[in-house]
Amino acid sequence: MNIVVCVKHVPDAQSERTFNDSDNTTDREGVDGLLSELDEYAVEEALKLVEASEGEVTVLTVGPAGAADALKKALQMGAHKAVHVTDDAIHGSDAPATSLLLAKAIEKIGTPDVVITGMASTDGTMGVVPAMLAERLNLPMVTYASQLTIDGSAVTARRDGDTASETIEATLPALVSVTDQINEPRYPSFKGIMAAKKKPVETWGLGDLGVDAGQVGLGAAWTKVDSFAKRPPREKGEIVTDEGDGGTKLAEFLASRKFI
Amino acid sequence: MPATRIMPTEEGQELIDLTREICDKELRPKAGDVEAAAAAAGDAFPTEAFRTLGQAGLLSLPYPEEFGGGGQPYEVYLQVVEEIASAWMSVAVGTSVHSLTAYPVAEYGTDAQRAALMPGMLSGEQLGAYCLSEQQAGSDIASMTTRAAKDGNDWVINGRKAWISHAGHADYYTCFVRTSNDGGRGLSCLHVPAGTEGLSFAQPERKMGLHGDTVGEVIFENVRVPGENLLGSEGQGINIALAALDSGRLGIAAASTGLAQAALDLAAAYATQRHQFGRPIGDNQGLAFMVADMEAAVTSARATYLHAARLKDAGRPFSKQAAVAKLVASDAAMKVTTDAVQVLGGAGYTQDFPAERYFRDAKITQIFEGTNQIQRLVISRHVLGDART
Repeated sequence: MNIVVCVKHVPDAQSERTFNDSDNTTDREGVDGLLSELDEYAVEEALKLVEASEGEVTVLTVGPAGAADALKKALQMGAHKAVHVTDDAIHGSDAPATSLLLAKAIEKIGTPDVVITGMASTDGTMGVVPAMLAERLNLPMVTYASQLTIDGSAVTARRDGDTASETIEATLPALVSVTDQINEPRYPSFKGIMAAKKKPVETWGLGDLGVDAGQVGLGAAWTKVDSFAKRPPREKGEIVTDEGDGGTKLAEFLASRKFI
Repeated sequence: MPATRIMPTEEGQELIDLTREICDKELRPKAGDVEAAAAAAGDAFPTEAFRTLGQAGLLSLPYPEEFGGGGQPYEVYLQVVEEIASAWMSVAVGTSVHSLTAYPVAEYGTDAQRAALMPGMLSGEQLGAYCLSEQQAGSDIASMTTRAAKDGNDWVINGRKAWISHAGHADYYTCFVRTSNDGGRGLSCLHVPAGTEGLSFAQPERKMGLHGDTVGEVIFENVRVPGENLLGSEGQGINIALAALDSGRLGIAAASTGLAQAALDLAAAYATQRHQFGRPIGDNQGLAFMVADMEAAVTSARATYLHAARLKDAGRPFSKQAAVAKLVASDAAMKVTTDAVQVLGGAGYTQDFPAERYFRDAKITQIFEGTNQIQRLVISRHVLGDART
């Protein structure tokens, strides 16, 4: 079974994330980046599936030069090869353009048995790329899987909702997005780190994918960020002095915030 | 703040990155709770932490790749130990002890012994224990009485070893035993797998700190191992033990440095957050200078162990420098953790902050792997010996 996992290099959520002043896009230069933590679950699930049968895991990303770090992490975890789609014209691409690039790259890799993605990125957090990608590849789409089994020609997934869990089945090839409940991602091992240095990483530009620069980038985006402002610092908490009516005041406060 | 490091290779830096990730996600968040549970139960063990480190390949770094090791120089291996210590001291000490247990096989074993034993020791699946001390043979190891007698091709061991880390939890025991009455020259080293008949363990010691490091007596009652379990030659035991200790001291020096770094980081953060008289307490020079001295102590500790490690990696003598590193780094750990409690004031004395745990964990570093008095003996003999020639 061959699997393509789509991953994203995102600014470290632990650091001070911001936007570029020049074009209001995400600042990817001023902060440390890493493999989106939600994508680690996708990589782990792909590795488990391949380890249980056979085949290869290819990790795919779209992003600037630094995005190679996300691929490196996935290769260190055990993925077999990587494809990095990068081009200056891609800067500022929205979800439709990203899904176009991913789809073209997957077609060029050769449509696998399964495409696995995380449920969303930890920076944009839109969670729409898996659906767009499935549409472009004309694949059955199984999103938010918290459990996954593949049996012969079908994939069975559990989707946990607020009130019920669904079990759904799709024929292969299919696209699956996975949640952070599906597994416990492994850490790379030192041997994995050393082995990753020898694994193939292909770098493709727009020309390799037959995509026109006008179809991607900030100019082609359907939406754009007009302005941004930092969230104001948290205000000081309100201190209620108990003068015999502390309970009442507390209840009034909670009621005013609609907690009770 | 993570320590500033210059790693000799790119892979060394990647190892540090991997170690920090595992420390942040797996070790640091669990250390306090597991240590407290181990203290209460008297015998709990961070099995999970060692498994995680083993799977990541962090328990076998300084040994050759052909046997499953990481093939890393001590300069890199020790900085990994330091990072682990800054997250969880017991686990760092365990990592150092485990490395020590593989040393006699790696350095004194035959090719056949290395091929048979090292892959398991370095797999990350096994943990070792190092059985040297006895109740009446601590610093004076030549006075040990645990005895192995030849019976046909076998060795039969009788006696008790004391202060043994991982007692009852280890997968194998690297043991030093008396094989003749020839004083220090009558000692030999034997490999004893866990589960060997006659091997048993006393109740673990109730200690001041380092609770995750289970320590106790290992009891040998007619423990029989085959002749091929002898590591090195008969009578070579004391040489092996002393050589292993030189390397082991570096592990303890690195762990002490990491512990001191953790205490410094905690104190510095607290000094900027805690306000008294309308300003952070760190704005008072009296306190700021304490922090400066703590930083100087941590930095000098790191410098001494790295210097010794680089000598070792270059194949140069490093015994004196290892003793200096162990002395300087463990004294730094004691001083810095003591001062960290002081910076945190009453809060530092409570179990709501890890300062008191760091303080309790620090004391043993001045005692084990050769007391700091023994380190001074080693250092002075080197210095005065050199002066005489």
